[in-house]
Amino acid sequence: MEALLLSRWQFAVTSVYHFLFVPLTLGLSVLVAVMETVYVRTGNETYKQMARFWGKLFVINFAMGVVTGIVQEFHFGMNWSEYSRFVGDVFGAPLAVEALAAFFLESTFLGVWIFGWDKLPKTLHAASIWLVALASNLSAFWILVANSFMQEPVGYVVRNGRAEMTDFLALLTNPHVLYQFPHTVLAGFATAAFFVMGISAYYLLRKANPDFFRRSFRLALPVGAVCILLVMAVGHFQGQHLVKSQPMKMAAAEALWESAEQAPLNLVALIDEKQQTNPLEISIPGLGSFLAVNTFRGEVKGIKDIQAAYAEKYGPGNYIPPVTPVFWSFRVMVAAGLWLLVLAFSALYFWRKGRLEEKPLVLKALLWSIPVPYLANTAGWYLAEVGRQPWIVYGLQRVEEAVSPVVSAGAVLTTLVVFTLLLGALAAVDGYLMYRVVKQGPEEALLAPAAEKPEGVSLWT
Amino acid sequence: MDLNVLWFILIAVLFTGYFFLEGFDYGVGILLPFLGRSDIERRVLLNSIGPFWDGNEVWLLTAGGAIFAAFPHWYATLFSGFYLALFLMLVALIGRGAALEFRSKDDRPFWRSLWDWVMFGGSLVPALLWGVAVTNLVQGVPINGQMQYTGTFFDLLSPYTLAGGLAILLLFAFHGALFLTLKTEEDLAARSRSLGLKLGVLAVGALFLLVVLSYLQTDVMDRAGTALLFWGAGTALLAACGFLRAGRCGWAFVSSGLAIVFTTAAFFGGLFPRVMVSSLHPEWSLTVYNAASSPYTLKVMTVIALTLVPVVLLYQGWTYWVFRRRVSARRLEY
Repeated sequence: MEALLLSRWQFAVTSVYHFLFVPLTLGLSVLVAVMETVYVRTGNETYKQMARFWGKLFVINFAMGVVTGIVQEFHFGMNWSEYSRFVGDVFGAPLAVEALAAFFLESTFLGVWIFGWDKLPKTLHAASIWLVALASNLSAFWILVANSFMQEPVGYVVRNGRAEMTDFLALLTNPHVLYQFPHTVLAGFATAAFFVMGISAYYLLRKANPDFFRRSFRLALPVGAVCILLVMAVGHFQGQHLVKSQPMKMAAAEALWESAEQAPLNLVALIDEKQQTNPLEISIPGLGSFLAVNTFRGEVKGIKDIQAAYAEKYGPGNYIPPVTPVFWSFRVMVAAGLWLLVLAFSALYFWRKGRLEEKPLVLKALLWSIPVPYLANTAGWYLAEVGRQPWIVYGLQRVEEAVSPVVSAGAVLTTLVVFTLLLGALAAVDGYLMYRVVKQGPEEALLAPAAEKPEGVSLWT
Repeated sequence: MDLNVLWFILIAVLFTGYFFLEGFDYGVGILLPFLGRSDIERRVLLNSIGPFWDGNEVWLLTAGGAIFAAFPHWYATLFSGFYLALFLMLVALIGRGAALEFRSKDDRPFWRSLWDWVMFGGSLVPALLWGVAVTNLVQGVPINGQMQYTGTFFDLLSPYTLAGGLAILLLFAFHGALFLTLKTEEDLAARSRSLGLKLGVLAVGALFLLVVLSYLQTDVMDRAGTALLFWGAGTALLAACGFLRAGRCGWAFVSSGLAIVFTTAAFFGGLFPRVMVSSLHPEWSLTVYNAASSPYTLKVMTVIALTLVPVVLLYQGWTYWVFRRRVSARRLEY
């Protein structure tokens, strides 16, 4: 395989790993902060125990977010040097600000929070987890500002053979980021809420520690229900915006080959990318148009027309992303979202009736649905990034122009294999440690660290 | 002073901060198998850097981000050129971060010893590689007229650059031992001190070798300021040894920190106005001008950096004050 394809694989693999850990960080930091705040204000020890138990899971998860994140920052220079030269003037700035404004705050105060339980006044300790929560979400904002430039370049001019920034404020108010930021952050909150609900459901099923897990559940439930609703609503408007800003991505996401006055919504389809047609599709007529432009009789451009228009605008070439995976990732994301929506509102219904704990099926569904938000998050990024192909910066630079010319395919293959295995192994270990903490339950979280044997095993023996 | 120069200085400051701060926590990692005789001792060692290491590492991330934003060509040439070296560093840093968080979350001896070794390697490799990287920057590497690195990984290794790696490694180990004399109690502190006395001698020797080779191999000493900074580094390092012998561990730590600061400043001073020296043709070197971002970007970034850096220094400094006490074996998180 050539270096380009391997570099793309590497970015995909490491990004997916990274984003397995980020969403939980975004949401769980806030939930833990709320728990500790309740403890500080009411003095109720259960909430302190909650902050410690969920906080322990938060920290284990956070560690992987950090180590997978280091790779991400160095990637651009290592594998995509020509991209870095071409857009560094614009793209480097939000990354640098992310480190300066968010990473420092996040890492420093997480250290304070972990080690400061008995060294700081209660309020200050609670404030430090709030700062971690704020900084995590702030860092999401800056990285999405950077990503949004790749999706919808704004505030620049092409000069001296590269994109140069002309308006920093335009980057921050990029229409793309105004949709993408709430969509991503709400997805993170929902991920965390379903994580807390799922684990709480596990304990409620076993009727162990009911008070602790009822309170945890009650905290997470409204967050989950509201955020899953909002994330889908924002996603809808984001889709409508993309129809205008990245029509090719959305046409591929719908597998809509021909422009149509009354575009159908394909629920499922068999896609033949060679013949550029769908041999089989189950669809609802007119709904595609309605979702895209708010009317059942609105024109939606199809892939073939957009391709022709792009070939005229950007010169000959293939501007069609891989349609099948983009189409299906979109469906996976939406289906996962709908499932979570149903789940959250049925849980809410039974909770309000006071009968949730008599409904083992709902509790089991909540437990087994812990991975579902992760699936939706991954599919969403898949849609965003693969749907942008062949561009690395939409309309400005193609991936093949962006890859490092001096890095050999062998070098990329080596690093790809090692990163995949190493991060995979660490992710597995991380999952195992979280599983253990959950199994041990909340009593452990309050106990002092287990008594140590004074004689350890020496490293040298 | 134009903004290109200011950003060169800012990046030098970020690297200096990174070497000063992560210098001691890499040092602690390197000394882990030598000083930690029992599991509890190794936990104390890890807890001594527990609240700090992650925040310290952000200095590197920020330096990387700053290079990207202010000098995109430097970022592109350096990271794609030093590909395998950076890859090794990333693997080390990934392992190290995981080791710190994972190690004490399971109590099987095999598990703990595995992560202890990962911690050791994950601290040793970056320390060594940074010495190699910095000496390569000033010595020059094959960069062509298109700003592309044309060498291989093995072109980065030479007696001079390996001497650079060794010197930085020993400096960090020494700095780490001095940090431990301040953060641990009784027996462990005493052993850190006696190990520090030996490491100090080795560090002085390695730094001397590095300075002599820098004089012979590069043009950094052509500038009087650089030569002076190297003298300052040597003096500070000798002072650190002297203070340690006299039992003034706090002053010794400050002095070893100064030695790191002066050494870093000397290399960046000798490099300026270049950011990467081309060994093929002097005209092909990357400089603060031909590698830089546009004036607008530099201006925006200057405003942001000058606002935020003091705030960061303030709250990071505050955490060192919060956790100023020695680490007690009775209350351990890691």
